[in-house]
Amino acid sequence: MSVFLQNLINALQWGSFYALIAIGYSMVYSILMLFNFAHGDVFMTGAYIGFGVATALIALSAAGIIALPSWLILVLTILFSMVLTACLGMFIERVGYRPLRDAPRASAAITGLMIGIILETGNLILLGAQRVKFPALIQPVTYDLGGVFVTNQKIMIVVVSLSLALGLHQFIRHTKWGMAMRAMAFDYVVVPLMGVPINKIAAMTFALGSGLAAAAGILFGMAYPVLDPYMGIMFGWKAFVAAILGGRGSILGATLAGFILGFIEIFVAMVFPSTLRDFIAYSIILLILVFRPYGLFGEPYSVRLRL
Amino acid sequence: MTLLSVENLKVSYGNIKALHGLTFDIAEGEIVCIIGANGAGKSTTLKAVSRMVPVEAGSRMTLDGKDLLRYPADRVVSELGVSHVPEGRRLFENLTVMENLKLATFARRDAERIRPDLQRVFAIFPRLEERQNQKAGTMSGGEQQMLAVGRAYMSGRRVMLLDEPSMGLAPLLMLSMFEALREINAEGTTILLVEQNARLALKFSQRGYVLENGRLVMAGPSQDLLKDPEVKKAYLGG
Repeated sequence: MSVFLQNLINALQWGSFYALIAIGYSMVYSILMLFNFAHGDVFMTGAYIGFGVATALIALSAAGIIALPSWLILVLTILFSMVLTACLGMFIERVGYRPLRDAPRASAAITGLMIGIILETGNLILLGAQRVKFPALIQPVTYDLGGVFVTNQKIMIVVVSLSLALGLHQFIRHTKWGMAMRAMAFDYVVVPLMGVPINKIAAMTFALGSGLAAAAGILFGMAYPVLDPYMGIMFGWKAFVAAILGGRGSILGATLAGFILGFIEIFVAMVFPSTLRDFIAYSIILLILVFRPYGLFGEPYSVRLRL
Repeated sequence: MTLLSVENLKVSYGNIKALHGLTFDIAEGEIVCIIGANGAGKSTTLKAVSRMVPVEAGSRMTLDGKDLLRYPADRVVSELGVSHVPEGRRLFENLTVMENLKLATFARRDAERIRPDLQRVFAIFPRLEERQNQKAGTMSGGEQQMLAVGRAYMSGRRVMLLDEPSMGLAPLLMLSMFEALREINAEGTTILLVEQNARLALKFSQRGYVLENGRLVMAGPSQDLLKDPEVKKAYLGG
């Protein structure tokens, strides 16, 4: 039982990363009908930006230039990195996707792949092939709940991830910006006729998704403090799976699917040797998709791509 | 006083020329219709005015003397007050009636006017008020057309471009829809209507144009067009 609970907690943390990244994939796919295949590398870049911001803040604090309590360093690291990565996302949209809005979908798809490669190799050029170590931002405290061990960091990771996902869900449900996103998800060609500047909505969507990917990157860096430029590839693919499994454009669906992926992976690894983990886990997910081809919470949308 | 002036409007889709240089104008407060067969270029004309399709060099369009070609589609709506009810309504079926109406006010800066306008839409189409929390996609065709017009009213109503508002409506509904449009016009909205139902369009409008294969071939007061033997033969069933 305690083994089960322990794995459950690990799965919650693992799923948090997938969920946060999946949301970004899902939003962009739903409003622009394209897959932003650079998104996994935006997650990677977000982790590195987080590393840079955290290192700088710690250095400034240690040098006595600004005295910051450690919790504030953590909060500022997350906020600054989310904003910076959001800017990266808007830049990617502006140079990589907007000029190709009416191009064949395949061209837009390879854009993402190319931007991903540019981000990976750009990182290599900038920082070299050496892996970097993410600084510790939290004094670890472990709570023993009757044989099940929970760290304050794990709790923080899950709480922050869920809050971001739910916050975004509320934003999309209840603000006019969110309403415009939902309208674009249904039929984006008509949206300009409502006086809505779709370029701004597209930029905002990339910003939100990239900000969340940065949060995922930092939380991941805290849990697994070794970063390398290719860490976003496998993660990105898996989060992409979660995004589609969740259903087109559904924030809660992507979040839930992210956690489902986390659970399946962790529990498969609990029973089988870890080399079999992804083999079995993704066979299961393939089966789920066979029975629910529109994903868990797919919303209907218009198939008309012209006015 | 000319409100919308279009000169030498040319539009192509790839190698296919859709409009071969249209010239027409609409005065403030007028109801003008463009009639023509399927594929004549009626919808394309409206889409060109609302800047949803690119126009070719040499085309000129002004609204209130302002160069329409300087405005992207969303600002044609939000800054010049041109609304467009597209063919097939194109509602956001995943949003509620109220959300559809509110989305149309996204870029409006006259926040204090939004509520009275909403009241006005509900006065013209009481069904929309009853159904305000219902998803647009679950409504009947007639109600959806009301919402499409209501949405346009909310987005901007200096000029309303209407693309086949009669399509798919039963005769009685069609009649009440055109009565509502006349009411909206009486409050100061200029209307440019394209219709396949030529008789209805000519009865409703003050002036009309006949569009054939991307060219305007006839123009005049709607009364005269209704009596014109060629129009009768081609568009009014003899």
